[in-house]
Amino acid sequence: MTEMTYREAIRSTLIEEMDRNPALVLLGEDIGVYGGTFRITEGLLARYGPRRVVDTPISELGFIGAAIGMAMLGLRPVVEVMTWNFSLPAADQILQNAAKVRYFSGGQVRAPVVIRGPNGAGVQLSAQHSQSFESFYGHFPGLKVVAPATPADARGLLRAALRGEDPVIFLEHAALYGIRGEVPNGDYTVPFGKAAVVRPGRHVTVVSYSRMLHLALSAAEQLSREGIECEVIDLRSLRPLDMDTVAASVRRTHRAVVVQEQWRLYGAAAEISAQIYERCFDDLDAPVERVTGEDVPAPYARNLELLTFPNEQRIIEAVRRVTA
Amino acid sequence: MERVEERVALERMLDWYRRMVFVRRFEEQTERSFRRGKIGGYLHVYIGQEAVATGFLDAIREDDIFFASYRDHAHALLRGTDPRAVMAELYGKATGVAKGKGGSMHLVDVPRGFYGGYGIVGGHLPLAVGAAYALRYRGTDQVCLCFFGDGAVNSGAFHEAANLAGLWGKEGMCPVVFVIENNQYGMGTSVERASAVPDLARRFDAYAIPNERCDGMDVVAVHEVAQRVVEEVRRTGRPYAVEAVTYRFSGHGAADLFQSYRTKEEVERWRQRDPILLLEQRLRERGALDDAMKAEIHAWAEELVEDAVAFAEQSPEPPPEELYTDVYGADP
Repeated sequence: MTEMTYREAIRSTLIEEMDRNPALVLLGEDIGVYGGTFRITEGLLARYGPRRVVDTPISELGFIGAAIGMAMLGLRPVVEVMTWNFSLPAADQILQNAAKVRYFSGGQVRAPVVIRGPNGAGVQLSAQHSQSFESFYGHFPGLKVVAPATPADARGLLRAALRGEDPVIFLEHAALYGIRGEVPNGDYTVPFGKAAVVRPGRHVTVVSYSRMLHLALSAAEQLSREGIECEVIDLRSLRPLDMDTVAASVRRTHRAVVVQEQWRLYGAAAEISAQIYERCFDDLDAPVERVTGEDVPAPYARNLELLTFPNEQRIIEAVRRVTA
Repeated sequence: MERVEERVALERMLDWYRRMVFVRRFEEQTERSFRRGKIGGYLHVYIGQEAVATGFLDAIREDDIFFASYRDHAHALLRGTDPRAVMAELYGKATGVAKGKGGSMHLVDVPRGFYGGYGIVGGHLPLAVGAAYALRYRGTDQVCLCFFGDGAVNSGAFHEAANLAGLWGKEGMCPVVFVIENNQYGMGTSVERASAVPDLARRFDAYAIPNERCDGMDVVAVHEVAQRVVEEVRRTGRPYAVEAVTYRFSGHGAADLFQSYRTKEEVERWRQRDPILLLEQRLRERGALDDAMKAEIHAWAEELVEDAVAFAEQSPEPPPEELYTDVYGADP
């Protein structure tokens, strides 16, 4: 095992895969000369040259579409979106072309583009720069959607994405780039659609992913002191969604809390809760609880922002409600 | 020597004539099949515009590639895709080019370099630019044609794709030929009512992409421009744009019944310049076509179309198991 940050995990994986696969090219705004907004691609222009590290104009519709076209012709493009908020002008390209071309071509065309960048909220960026896109992209068949919470998973999922045959929505989180963690040595992948039980427990299942996972773990630690043992599940992948792992846990604990940063209505937690009811109705001893962001555009003021997004206390309260 | 060249040229023109007649008959048949409920969804036919795709697709090499809009039947047929598989696709049959999963708007034939018809106006332009980049990245001298209608030039996708092509072209990394199939109307809205600058080729001036207009009703003129432009793009790796001025004689789609946006007189005026008629006149003037040959060609085309229809009619529907295939590839 080696310790590294989430940022280093992504960066080192890109470098290893670029060395391994000459068809891998990077595209994005300010990823080359500037060095990357979050320094993921720093130094890569010098290392690989401008044909493989392509600085683009501020033109997501154009360059994400072009990356999809590159993927259709056998390249392995990795697009950095400065933040996922900027993917919206390119939503037509991602949803209508990348997600569907394999299907409507009867399997003749594939578009294995990887689009990665920070998703989510919590650092006072206000309404247009604070939101989460996992259920938006997760709604569409043909895409794969992952949201790693740890450096080890960031490496394993990114490597799987770069070797797979499908378009991948790779959701990072700005608040996680600096976190450190152990990563396995060697050439490993984390398969899509496999959740991880990151903390075993017998009283309640807490399901989460990305930044919210860390809040869930912290809440579980505090609850453990009062004798409530949470089983914390990191979904890692939103599409495909590993409900087998979640359902197996709920059948043991008989209670579930689902935590997400995004809005409640039509959010990922709604889908996960519905599937828990479908699969585990007779096993449940309490209604499933959802801990979610508030139903407002993200405010700027720090005090209001803190009211908007989930925190440990709200998770603790939800767990207490279902275990009461 | 001159005689031999003239002979070769006439042979080629006669070949275009055959293909254009065939495409016309095929499209007329699709309209009939649509009215009979054999073809579902949308149906956009190429009647009137045949010279454009015929001229361009005869100017590229076997290993070149192309993208098209949803008005894409002619492009597949002219590139040599089996007419049976095209008709079967329109009929929603398992034997269609995309196993019946794409339909009229999404014909695809990758072995022949056809990366697809796309249903969102302008949406495939960025794809073609990226595909062109990939061709150069792999070190080939292949080129990419990108066909689209006049309606696409006002979309954001057009401008972003053109800008990237202009930028990458400076490095010799974007061998794409943009082909505007200007048929005068984006559905029911004329170019003058949709484009602040109705001289559409000039749009490319803003992106340092050389451009020109050509008579899209004259296949000889189209082919001449296409051949020159394709070879230049192949040599330089830089993009080029051609606006082929043409006209669609049918409605925008099969549901466009009343055509309140244009007059019968206007359609009639354009019909005087029907690309098949113009080519026929040229061939007759040179003694390369007479009534007997014409009848023979038309009979041949009709037979091919009838064969395609019979094949489509008799083909099985896609099996229910096909519903869930081709959504994802294999896991790594």
